[in-house]
Amino acid sequence: MTFRNAPSSASLPSVGNDEPMEPRPSSPLPAPGRARGRPGRSPAQGERILSGWGRYPRVHGRETTGDSLLRLSDGAVLSGGLGRAYGDAGLPPPNAQRPLLRTTHADRLLRFDPTTAVLRAEAGVCLADLIHVFLPRGFFTPVSPGTAFVTLGGMVAADIHGKNHHVAGSFGEHVRSLRIRTGDGKIRDIGPDREPELFAATLGGMGLTGHILEVEFQLERVPSPWIVEERHMVSSVEELIPRLSEVGREWPMTVAWLDTAQRGAALGRGSLWIGRWASRDEAPARAFPGIRERIEVPFELPSGLLNPTTLGWANSVWYRAQYLKQGRSLASPQQFFYPLDAVRSWPRAYGRRGFTQYQCVLPSEPAVFRSFLELFQRMGGCSFVTVVKDCGPEGRGMLSFPKPGTSIALDIPIKPPSSTPSTQQLVDRLNAFTLDHGGRIYLAKDAFTRAEDFRAMYPRFDEWTRVRRKFDPEGKLGSAMSLRLMGDAR
Amino acid sequence: MSGFAILGATRGMGKQLARRMAERGDSLCLLGRDPARLEATRTDLSIRSPHAEENAGIFTASCDLLQPDTFEPALESAAKQLGRLDGLIVTAGLFADQAQLEASSELLEQLLTADFVNTVLLCELAKERLLKQGGGLLCVFSSVAGDRARTPVRLYGAAKAGLSHYLEGLDHAYRREGLVTLDVKPGFVRTEMTAHLAPPPFAGEPSAVAREVLAAIDRGSARIYTPRIWGLILWVIRLTPRTIMRRIRF
Ligand SMILES: Cc1cc2nc3c(=O)[nH]c(=O)nc-3n(C[C@H](O)[C@H](O)[C@H](O)COP(=O)(O)OP(=O)(O)OC[C@H]3O[C@@H](n4cnc5c(N)ncnc54)[C@H](O)[C@@H]3O)c2cc1C
Ligand SMILES: NC(=O)c1ccc[n+]([C@@H]2O[C@H](COP(=O)([O-])OP(=O)(O)OC[C@H]3O[C@@H](n4cnc5c(N)ncnc54)[C@H](OP(=O)(O)O)[C@@H]3O)[C@@H](O)[C@H]2O)c1
Repeated sequence: MTFRNAPSSASLPSVGNDEPMEPRPSSPLPAPGRARGRPGRSPAQGERILSGWGRYPRVHGRETTGDSLLRLSDGAVLSGGLGRAYGDAGLPPPNAQRPLLRTTHADRLLRFDPTTAVLRAEAGVCLADLIHVFLPRGFFTPVSPGTAFVTLGGMVAADIHGKNHHVAGSFGEHVRSLRIRTGDGKIRDIGPDREPELFAATLGGMGLTGHILEVEFQLERVPSPWIVEERHMVSSVEELIPRLSEVGREWPMTVAWLDTAQRGAALGRGSLWIGRWASRDEAPARAFPGIRERIEVPFELPSGLLNPTTLGWANSVWYRAQYLKQGRSLASPQQFFYPLDAVRSWPRAYGRRGFTQYQCVLPSEPAVFRSFLELFQRMGGCSFVTVVKDCGPEGRGMLSFPKPGTSIALDIPIKPPSSTPSTQQLVDRLNAFTLDHGGRIYLAKDAFTRAEDFRAMYPRFDEWTRVRRKFDPEGKLGSAMSLRLMGDAR
Repeated sequence: MSGFAILGATRGMGKQLARRMAERGDSLCLLGRDPARLEATRTDLSIRSPHAEENAGIFTASCDLLQPDTFEPALESAAKQLGRLDGLIVTAGLFADQAQLEASSELLEQLLTADFVNTVLLCELAKERLLKQGGGLLCVFSSVAGDRARTPVRLYGAAKAGLSHYLEGLDHAYRREGLVTLDVKPGFVRTEMTAHLAPPPFAGEPSAVAREVLAAIDRGSARIYTPRIWGLILWVIRLTPRTIMRRIRF
């Protein structure tokens, strides 16, 4: 089966927040943009200032890139993809001498069997590119995050989950094998039946068990490249949480947005957004539109522009916009899966100080969510486009995030250091709440959690550490996150 | 379905351009110096081709830009495998920093030879072939660095200036006979070639360049600045008087 080809290709974006990084040799072309107000000392020769999607924290480090992961992974301290992890998961330990391996130039497809829909590809392949090639032929990734600009390596290392977690599980459930260079330097082929321990430690292991070189996974067959979607308004968190589980029984893809600025009876008002692939008869005849970044935030806006007041307005505008979009319609994959990808470099709107995302999974009870949102408000928090998703059963990844319950993700602008409560205090307080309710936070978004909280949230941490040490006895691999959370020696 | 030979499809802008062409069903013969990398690229492009399930029509032939004696056999092999050669695309090229080039006359000679002398030699051979069969496409990657001498890339820029001059000549002379010459002038593009440099404002992505170049090929353009905005930037730069250029050490 072949759909009409997409008229345009995916436009592959640059890595992370893409700021000019000194002191690389200046560009041979006109005036390179210079970033202002660097924290701390200036980087040593060959170093750059690196940060994740939230632009916080920033560390000094080195980077290497090229098309041979096999060669370059020998000697690299960590691998990184498109830099869409928000916090420090994709950053090398500060001032590391060994470089971070940026995988994005290693992006070749290696094998595809249309009868089984199994694809093998290099770890640097971008999801948008895969969609561009395979969606017109009737295949889609079995699990997709909220952006198409992630690499296969990043999807495995974070064991990502999507709007279909309650039916499909996380990405790792669909991975058949990985080629990985472990910290001991060896190249290994691993999978659910080969080195299953190492495999389970690698899913969600945030790159700390080895450099993922190749990924083999099962694509999903879809009847058309279009989505039938429905949006329903909900008036409060008491309505939202039960309705989300209810629609999940019939719909394969579900998500909700909620307004964090409302108080009292309207707390947690929002909209449910549900979808399924359109059948061939339902799909329009026109070609599917590619995945593209259309608008760009061309420069950094001042920190503090997004504050509780402006975010409150933004939430209300958003809520009204949802109101107008109620009902059933046909959506493109970009509209349905990647609405945020329409605006490139949007983290610049949070300014120099950057932002963090707090994502946790909690029991699917309205009372728990009400207390959580009230706590967040009491601490002076406000967040735009707050996403709520249901999670199904745990997968095999030892540090994978999803577990039964409902997940919520808050975008939090980093406050100036002098303010109380500080961003650190806010996250600590939310973590205490999450722990009290048996929940946990998602490492791909985190920058502030303390080691003791993280370990209390992840009961398989000791088991994971044992596997990690077995394959990396000398501790060659590490990240800024593993220094903060996983007990690496400084 | 058309058949093109492409030198430089293993990385960067050439890789993205070859992908867009394979995805729309063009036949390609990949020319290059490293057999393993050529084969890996062939596999990638074959999977992308809509003809994947039959024979994708992606071939390879060995060709080294630093060895002119490989050129004629490479073109011959491409023509034979493709059945008919509709054109040649050259994205291969060398880049080095001004300081490196000044430090090593060997490296300088290599760069000037690859980016100017040998690229011209290759194009001359392709031109003869294409004219003999009534025309075709010659699409060659030069650079905005050839438009106006810029201090940190003046040697590289000189080779590209010569190359663009040559390509313009071909266009003037042979367009009537059916030989379409396209001079591609990329601005700063994020590829492995520039990975060690700080990206300036308006730095582009290779995939966006590929899309624009493909559209220019389809239109039969003679020259394209890509990403588009660089056309405007270079217009201003070309108009700037020399006294100012000296003062700012452009
Ligand atoms: C707008 C937006 C929406 C998102 N929505 C979701 C969502 O719905 N669900 C979800 O699960 N996540 C979501 N994410 C998070 C994102 O999917 C993950 O952070 C993902 O890991 C990013 O992939 P990347 O290629 O950018 O990797 P990076 O951010 O570069 O790296 C992420 C981690 O993967 C490791 N890694 C990357 N490549 C390799 C490799 N080759 N070998 C070993 N380790 C590697 C890094 O070391 C790091 O620990 C979202 C992010 C954004 C910006
Ligand atoms: N990137 C920019 O910002 C920029 C700006 C202006 C102009 N340009 C020009 O645009 C063109 C493409 O640039 P790019 O950035 O895409 O380059 P790139 O990523 O470095 O790719 C260069 C390609 O050329 C091939 N090549 C190099 N030397 C060769 C040789 N001796 N024989 C055969 N093939 C050889 C390489 O093959 P291997 O895989 O075998 O190495 C590779 O496929 C170049 O001419 C460059 O000068 C680039």
